[in-house]
This record gives sequence, C-alpha cells and structure tokens, in this order.
Amino acid sequence: MPSLGADMQAGTLVVWRKQPGDQVGRGEIVAEVETDKGIIEVESFIAGTLEAQLVEPGTRVPVGTKLAIIGEMGNAPHTQREQAAAAPAGAGSTPLPMPTSTPVPLQDSAVHATPSARRVLRERGLAADGVHGTGLHGVITRADAVQARGGESPYQVPAPPAPQAGATSIQPPRVRVSPRARRRARELGLSLSGIVGSGQDGAVVGSDVERAAREQPRAISSTSSRMRSAIAQAMTRSKREIPHYYLTHTVDLEPALAWLGEQNERRALPDRLLLGILFVRAVALAVRQVPELNAHYTEDTLHAFPYVHVGVAVSLRGGGLIAPAVLNAHEGSLDELARAFKDLVNRARSGRVTSSEMGSATITITSLGERGVESVFPVIVPPQVAMVGFGAVVQKPMVVGEAVLPRPTVTISLAGDHRVSDGHRGGLFLSAIAALLAEPARL
Amino acid sequence: MKLENIRPVISESLLAIAPEANLQTLSPDANLREELDLDSMDFLNFLTALHTKLHVEIPESDYKLLATMRGIESYLVQKVTS
Repeated sequence: MPSLGADMQAGTLVVWRKQPGDQVGRGEIVAEVETDKGIIEVESFIAGTLEAQLVEPGTRVPVGTKLAIIGEMGNAPHTQREQAAAAPAGAGSTPLPMPTSTPVPLQDSAVHATPSARRVLRERGLAADGVHGTGLHGVITRADAVQARGGESPYQVPAPPAPQAGATSIQPPRVRVSPRARRRARELGLSLSGIVGSGQDGAVVGSDVERAAREQPRAISSTSSRMRSAIAQAMTRSKREIPHYYLTHTVDLEPALAWLGEQNERRALPDRLLLGILFVRAVALAVRQVPELNAHYTEDTLHAFPYVHVGVAVSLRGGGLIAPAVLNAHEGSLDELARAFKDLVNRARSGRVTSSEMGSATITITSLGERGVESVFPVIVPPQVAMVGFGAVVQKPMVVGEAVLPRPTVTISLAGDHRVSDGHRGGLFLSAIAALLAEPARL
Repeated sequence: MKLENIRPVISESLLAIAPEANLQTLSPDANLREELDLDSMDFLNFLTALHTKLHVEIPESDYKLLATMRGIESYLVQKVTS
C-alpha cells in the first residue's frame, strides 16, 4: 500500500486490475485503492508477472502493507524477489521509483534503511521489514526506527503485519464478511477489521456492522470527513514542524493576459489556455533558479529534485481538496502542459488520479482567486518546503513608465520553510516568477 | 435552433460538472459561475461541451454574454443554425 501523500495512513483495496499470471508493465495500473482522497490507481514500478494478490478487495490496510508479489522479468520462479506492487512510501526523486537491477538477496527485499536507522533497529533487535519507512522511496529513517519500538510521535503509522519467512505466508488473516455487511461498512465509513463477527465461523454480518456503528458514534462516517481529518493531520504537522515565512509580490498581469487573449482568439475551445496554466509553468521554470525550494525535507536533510512536479491544490465539489502533481511541469511545450493540467484537474475531481501523481509533488500551488481572494498565505505540505499562492486578478493603479495606469494585477505569495531557505532567496523566486509572467512567450 | 432543443444540452452539460445543482430553482438572471460555484476550468469544460454537442464556435470575447442562463440560451439560439 503506497503512501500517496504525507497525510495518508491506510487505504482500501477496491479492485484488482491485474490477475495472477498477468504480465505487468512498468507504470501499468495494477489495482485501485480508495483513500481519503478518492480512488487512486496504483501503478507498478517494475515489469514482470503478477504472482499473487495478498490483499482481498474491500480490505483496509496500513501504508506499507504488501499488496502483491510481482516476479521480475527473466527471473526463474524459485529466485523471484517479492516486490510490493506499489511505489514505496513517500515516492521521491524519480517519478516511478525503480528497484535496482542488481540482484539483491531475499532478506534485503525492497526494504532499505539509512545507516543510523539500521543501527537503531539492530540495537532494538527489530527487523527492518516490519517497519514503515517515511523517507524517500520508502527508506526507513532513524525516526521510523525509533517509532517502531513505540515512539512518542503523534504521526505514528501502524506498522504493517510483520512478514514471515516465505513469500506466500504473508497473507493477512482473512475476515469472512457478508456482502450486505461489506456494503453497509463502506456506506458508514467503518473499517471491517475492527468489527467482531457474530455469524457462522465468526463471519461479519449486517447486524454486526450496525452495532459497531452505534457503539462508535464518533467513528468517521464519510469519505469527506475522513478527508477532512487527513487534511487536519497533515496541516497540524506542517504548522508544528515547519517554521513558515511569508512573502508577497504583486505583479502587473497586462502582458500575460494580452498574450493569453491573443493565443485563445486563434484556438478552438478544447485547446484554449487558462491563466492557471501560465502560473504552473512560471513556477516550474522559476523554481529551477532557486533549487532549494524544489525539494523535500526529511530527517534534517534537504533533498533537491532535478525535475519539477507541481502539485496543484484542487478543491472538490462537496468539500475538501487534493493536490496531485503535474509531472515534469518544467519541460515540454505549453500545449502539452495545458493538456496534462486539464486532464489532471478533471480526473482529480472525478476521483481518478494515479499513485505517481499523489505524494510526488516537489512544490505546490494554490490558487484562490476565483472568488476574489486577493492574497493567500499557504500552509506548506510536508515534506515539501515551499508553497506558492495566487490571488484574484484585480484592477489596481500601477506606475507604468511615468504614468499611473489601471492594470490587471495578481498578488503572488510564497510560504517558505525557514529551515532550508531565507526570505532573500524566496524573494528571488517570486521575482523570477514575475519576470516570466512579464514575458509570457518564454513560458 | 429552437430553445426547447438547446435546453436539454445546456442542462446535461452543466450537470456533468455540477451534479448537485438544482437547475429548476436557478434564476435565469443569476450569475451562473457564482450560483453553481464553477471555476474557470469548470466553465471552460462547460463551453467545450456545448461546442462539441452543438458544433458552435464561442470566441473568448463572447464569454461575457454567457454569464447567466438567459444569456446562454439567447446566445445559443442565435448562434446554432442547424
């Protein structure tokens, strides 16, 4: 079960898209998972043959739980290495993380830990494969290793069931559930794993679910309130851990809007550009001049990225928001970016984003101008270190040459992580965005 | 094109974007984007749907004529010829 964002603790496997024996290509969708952010399509990060499905549809499992075994291409069956059919937690510095092609001994399978984490684990006599890694590519950090023995962090993720020897024996205990009970549990937002069954052989039946719902009146009762609590958790962590600084920069948008109008006059409706697309591109290009803002901060270390995956905060009808990433927003033509951006927003709203789009953002944008908000003071999404806000386009008096003219303006804001950057560098970043918007043909 | 042929296309296109909207109670002169909470992407999707279904060209400079349901209906009655 991949971590699709810092705030995700568990997910429900909804449906398998690949069956045992099927060939799986790298980047192909293997399963659909329901999270607090809707349905996410889980992509494989290796090519091979799906050997076994380890989780039944309808089961909610913690992040880090193995979902499936994929035998890598070219390996004889008895030497297959097991791989979780999902990007590791905290998907990091490659869009689709790949395991190394060098054969790795079985005891090391897909579990990586930092040297200091290994030391802590050794001291505590713990096995690395029972520990959920929150570092890049799911690497187990020192903090994970400390937490694994019952640390005091409030963000502790329940550890996945400790795998036993042999690939086939790690199947989680199977709970028998009647179809009606499964449906009611889904409607009520209850996890089946916590419900005691009163049916034959301990099967969970409809009345058990109803009773659990009555006995847990505070239980989260819908996807949107689960999303709310996920947002609450991530934002609380952000405000607790990240010393934010804030800057704003008001920009004359006349050149950008004139260029956009000229472009769109020639374009058929489906190909028209939105101002938001220029914002995404300007941020993606400008942040390359201030690379410490295009980064993740984990375990007191800054990891800067050679590419820019721009997270876009998308508000959802009915409340809540998700911030999937436009991958590689710094490259390709503006038309390609426009198509990718529209496609991403539409899929986010219909609840269809992929695992590589969640949790992979290297910097995030929020745009609240649609309802007249003039400037935004964003809350950074950990482990990112910067977030850019765009307000409404507002007519304001601007000094142009010697004259004061009414001009369309936008106030761009930056929330920066003061642990990794200073206001001076943040200011450079905002002025780089402004310079690009003043010359939109460079976008 | 006659209004009674256009109306279902408008409703269908709007409901695809805002399924919770109650178009019966919507005032014909209310600002559609505010009433139905449509952002610029929603609005572009709505116009693209009209463009695809009714084969109508809507230049960006005409967007201001399409702010209300009444505006949209009269615009489309004029523009859609078939």
